[in-house]
Amino acid sequence: MKLYLFIFCFAVTLLNGYSQNRTIEVCANNCEFSSIQKAVDAAKSGDSIFIKKGVYKEHDIFINKKSLHLFGEEGSIVDIDNKGYGIKVEASDFSIASLTIKNVEVSYTSDYAAIYLYRCNNFKLKNITLKKAFFGFLIEKSKHGIVENNNISGVGKSEASSGNAIHLWDSKELIVRQNKVYNMRDGIYIEFGSNNVFENNFSHDNMRYGLHFMFSNDNRYSYNTFQNNSAGVAVMFSKRIQMNNNVFKKNWGTASYGLLLKEISDGEIYHNTFENNTTGITADGSTRITYRENDFINNGYAVKFVGGSYQNNFSRNNFLYNNFDLSYSGGLNDNSFDKNYWSDYTGYDLDKDGYGDVPYRPVKLFSYLVNETPESIILLRSLFIDIINFSEKVTPVFTPKNLTDQQPLMREVQW
Amino acid sequence: MLKILKYSFFDLVRSRWSYVYFLFYLLLSSVLLFLNNDLSNTIITLLNVVIVLVPLIGTIFGVMYYYDSQEFTELLLAQPIKRQSIFLGQFLGVATSLSLSVLLGLGIPFALYGLFESNVIFDFLILIAVAVFLSFIFSALAFNIALSNTNKIKGFGYAILLWLFLAVIYDGAFLIALIYFQDYPLDQFTLVATLFNPIDLSRILILLKLDISALLGYTGAIFKDFFGTLTGSLVSLGVLALWVVFPLWRMLHVAKKKDF
Repeated sequence: MKLYLFIFCFAVTLLNGYSQNRTIEVCANNCEFSSIQKAVDAAKSGDSIFIKKGVYKEHDIFINKKSLHLFGEEGSIVDIDNKGYGIKVEASDFSIASLTIKNVEVSYTSDYAAIYLYRCNNFKLKNITLKKAFFGFLIEKSKHGIVENNNISGVGKSEASSGNAIHLWDSKELIVRQNKVYNMRDGIYIEFGSNNVFENNFSHDNMRYGLHFMFSNDNRYSYNTFQNNSAGVAVMFSKRIQMNNNVFKKNWGTASYGLLLKEISDGEIYHNTFENNTTGITADGSTRITYRENDFINNGYAVKFVGGSYQNNFSRNNFLYNNFDLSYSGGLNDNSFDKNYWSDYTGYDLDKDGYGDVPYRPVKLFSYLVNETPESIILLRSLFIDIINFSEKVTPVFTPKNLTDQQPLMREVQW
Repeated sequence: MLKILKYSFFDLVRSRWSYVYFLFYLLLSSVLLFLNNDLSNTIITLLNVVIVLVPLIGTIFGVMYYYDSQEFTELLLAQPIKRQSIFLGQFLGVATSLSLSVLLGLGIPFALYGLFESNVIFDFLILIAVAVFLSFIFSALAFNIALSNTNKIKGFGYAILLWLFLAVIYDGAFLIALIYFQDYPLDQFTLVATLFNPIDLSRILILLKLDISALLGYTGAIFKDFFGTLTGSLVSLGVLALWVVFPLWRMLHVAKKKDF
């Protein structure tokens, strides 16, 4: 009996405590609140704010140290009208969901964002549509958040007059997934962040990079698609980045890459597809990276080693129909290219062990010459080039002697 | 002249070699389209074939035709016909029949494949234009060689040498020059050097129109800046036209003075 009483009392207090969390409705007219800011000011921590259908011309809505849950009906639009930020938050345990925010002010001095988070913990940004964003989400010094299922687009014309869709600065342990980001400067940008995960995002038609790491260690990105950006992904000055199951395609242009690696180390790149990029991967000063089971299909250059790269290991990758499989400058530096499948390989396998008996040389003479004298690229697809490539293949003179695949695979790798 | 042109043209059109040449292109482009399923890629592959094969066939065919019809030419020369019209007619007969083979051989499969609805029609037209130009240029050069050499073996030798020079050796020398002078700015030099070789010029004209031009990097950007403009297009067309006109002028000049 005592136990029942206890449970009853406990349930009553719990319900009481719960019922204190109100849901405040905001609508354009005939409501208690017609302004989101006023509703936010009136709400207590734990309350929800339901924003009904309508256009709210508000800017710099500030949520200060309150755990609120903002969510909107279909058709609830916050129009910033080019006057600064949309929503600024400094709080923990809050969420913002199902809203449309548009017309963020473009500035050359301030990073105006549709949603700006500062020192936030345990938050959720979900189902938000941003249109004409300068910066989309600007997240600083925050932890443990989820950014999910958002649709962010901009209208910037140049790199200087546009911002990043999702910009993380000094933030840890965030999950960014299933977002669509396009027509921005960088799709997703991360600086000084660690232990973040980027999954299933679709980043396309951005002016600079689809995803951009700066000084950020121990992050992972998987199952994303990067299409038609100036460069798909740029990983710079970062350690231990895991990159798997991404698709890099159609990043095509005179200075475009699928994946740009610059001064990074100890990463893993596997199960990615690089298709129709001018350059699949450009590696500049990247060390101890494992490349395995990636597909390089129809790229101009599949892989370009610019220099200062040590102890990289390529194995079980498929190089299919690229104009150049590998462009390489400098010495071999303990990089290895064994056990890959090369569609250009013409050797044979007499002992039937699955490995070709003749080593494959991934660097063609022409790609070596182009490295030395960039102007000679103008002879691309000339008969003369085919002839010298062939003679170099038979008796290598210029290309690095030990840069070979000693065990080229006879069949495409299935992964 | 028109009568001689007509005669040479129909004579050639009826000949086995024209059919072989036409069927070769027909087969090649149908097979490529069938295997590739992508018009743009097919155009790149055809480009490789066209810039090598059209000049080779043009020179060999031109020389062969001239030597074959030498007796008939001499017969014509005995008639009260202008020398100019005899040779011009023969040349045009050879060049147009070759061009027609290429045009139909490449055109029919592409047209059947749905070229007219696709957006690469312009690239294809350039490929055809280039192939026609190359046929004219190299048959004109071939007639020159044949006129200047009564010895057939020598004539064929020179013809092959000429093709080899423009298709291969020129590029080799070009490459060596580029490597040797790599410390100097070479952009203008590459631009001028390609203008002097009809095969290189044709290759660049087509490459620049295709996606693959992104590979050319900043050198390609310079080329695009030049060939993309109206002056650039006019200059490149003008240079190709000069490559036809100049050998023709020399051919007529030599033919006028030559003692048969």
